[in-house]
Amino acid sequence: MIAFLIRRLLQSLLVMLVVALLGFTMFRYVGDPVAQMVGQDTPLEERDKLREELGLNDPVYLQFGRFIAATLRGEFGLSYSIGRPVNELLVERLPATLELSLIAALFSLVVGIPMGVYTGLYPQRWLSKVFLTVSLVGISLPTFFIGILLILLFGVTLGWLPTFGRGETVAIGGWTTGLLTASGLQSILMPAFTLGMFQLTFIMRLVRSEMLEVLRTDFIKFARARGLANRAVHFGHALKNTLVPVITITGLQVGSIVAFAIITETVFQWPGLGLLFLQAIQNVDIPIMSTYLIVVAFFFVMINLTVDLLYYVVDPRLRIHREVAGGH
Amino acid sequence: MAAAARIRDSLDRFLDSDIWFSFKRSKVTVAAAIVSGAMILAALIAPWISPQNPFDPAALDLLDAFTPPVWYEDGNPRFLLGTDDQGRDMLSALLYGSRISIMVGLISVVLAMAIGISLGLIAGYVGGTIDAVIMRIADVQITFPAILVALLIDGVARGLLPNERHDELALAVIVTALGLSIWPQFARTVRGSTMVEKNKEYVQAARVIGLSRGLIMVRHVLPNVMGPVLVIATINLAIAVLGEATLSFLGVGVPPTEPSLGTLIRIGNDFLFSGEWWIVIFPGVTLATLILSVNLLGDWLRDALNPKLR
Repeated sequence: MIAFLIRRLLQSLLVMLVVALLGFTMFRYVGDPVAQMVGQDTPLEERDKLREELGLNDPVYLQFGRFIAATLRGEFGLSYSIGRPVNELLVERLPATLELSLIAALFSLVVGIPMGVYTGLYPQRWLSKVFLTVSLVGISLPTFFIGILLILLFGVTLGWLPTFGRGETVAIGGWTTGLLTASGLQSILMPAFTLGMFQLTFIMRLVRSEMLEVLRTDFIKFARARGLANRAVHFGHALKNTLVPVITITGLQVGSIVAFAIITETVFQWPGLGLLFLQAIQNVDIPIMSTYLIVVAFFFVMINLTVDLLYYVVDPRLRIHREVAGGH
Repeated sequence: MAAAARIRDSLDRFLDSDIWFSFKRSKVTVAAAIVSGAMILAALIAPWISPQNPFDPAALDLLDAFTPPVWYEDGNPRFLLGTDDQGRDMLSALLYGSRISIMVGLISVVLAMAIGISLGLIAGYVGGTIDAVIMRIADVQITFPAILVALLIDGVARGLLPNERHDELALAVIVTALGLSIWPQFARTVRGSTMVEKNKEYVQAARVIGLSRGLIMVRHVLPNVMGPVLVIATINLAIAVLGEATLSFLGVGVPPTEPSLGTLIRIGNDFLFSGEWWIVIFPGVTLATLILSVNLLGDWLRDALNPKLR
């Protein structure tokens, strides 16, 4: 167990190093940092002086070392297009994205798992067929188009919900939240639904196919033969055994929520990290791009680690297998 | 005569096969095949069937802008589905737009296949350090959503290319970004099948008669690992078309001068609040129909080629 943990940690560290190297390469070689900092008419000598001062003439490994040290301190430099420190911008934008992603993830789990269980238990009922058809359409409709349709229906035609922004926010310490005001809550409904929709269909289909598979196994037949109530068989035996793949995929899906948040935030002009990143791409704002890459990669690596660890908590077979294997 | 007989023979064999049987039996799949076939055909012959060339600024008249579809009172029979803000006929724009979307999707999948299959073959056949390096890269990349990778590549390309050439090179950039974002799936699958195939007797025989490694990989192993690749290619075609639409919608894809479906949706998105719903809804529905039918075909192909489900 500990050996496994250390190996996974080292792997994660290696991934982060590679990502940092990518971020550094972008930062250093895509565009000229000096050209971004000085005016058009700055003479060449002055530029060279600045280059020397910034250490851009030092050996590359030294520059990379400094880059990593700065990253670990949370210093990501100045944004080219906004002219403010990137870490400030990140801290400002983070709450919006986190709240949106969290609500979307909760929504997709709370609705997706029961729908999956139902369609798995009763594949022939008409409601299951409705769920499946809806999910197929949900997978094929592009996220941004779902958002547009919602805006058209609830924003423009019915006028019930706000179509852009977060609404009023309340600051608690350094954290701004929209979840405590009426307009904030109204504002989050459509973006969260849009963002959660794809994950929902994904989770539902996954739970369904896992349920169908588990229900066919011998230990379910045996549980029924023992005369257990349907509920005990379905939830105590079947659902429990679908959890390992569900946790894996859900964990990885949390990552894709981060990616899809870019799209949803653009549709609803949600002032989060994704919108910041997209504007950075349009303006070729390399510091923000490379920082986003590093932050998101860190997030992904942490998710993967957590998912791996959760296996051990959820599936006792893995623990025994590993211990036996380690004992040889 | 002999050639015709051979074609007849293989057609008969195909009509007799399991795959054709399972295709015929599934009505949804037949419908999906007809719809996607019709859409691809319409996109191919767009210059000959569309009422207007929407990419030619000289053919556009700003006075025609915002004409609603023909069933509205102030519609114009010249513009069946109405016009956009530039007076572009929506139907023509849709035909030309799907042409670009499908083309970008196909080329990026071919690019991803070329990279993924060659790296997968090498990794699987040669093994050792090369295998480890290639597969670790694939592993790391696959943990990131493809759309995020494509966005990053797109962004870096924008930084590297001079500003004035962005629009000109936009298609090349987007194809590269999409291709590079989906190759790991091909590499993984091909590597897996290659590792199974390379221990079979026909490969040993080829080795014994002294064929070179490259020749064995391309002529003997490759044809035998293509089955699963076909399934992934179909599913990834849908993903690539969706990816292109997403990038274009986000404003970092195909430029508005020669719009793809995604670019059309981006343009239409600006007129959501002024009631011109047709500018955004028609491209959206076209895109969704295309993706849905390709997805359905991919699903069917996966089940049909998977002997476990028979």
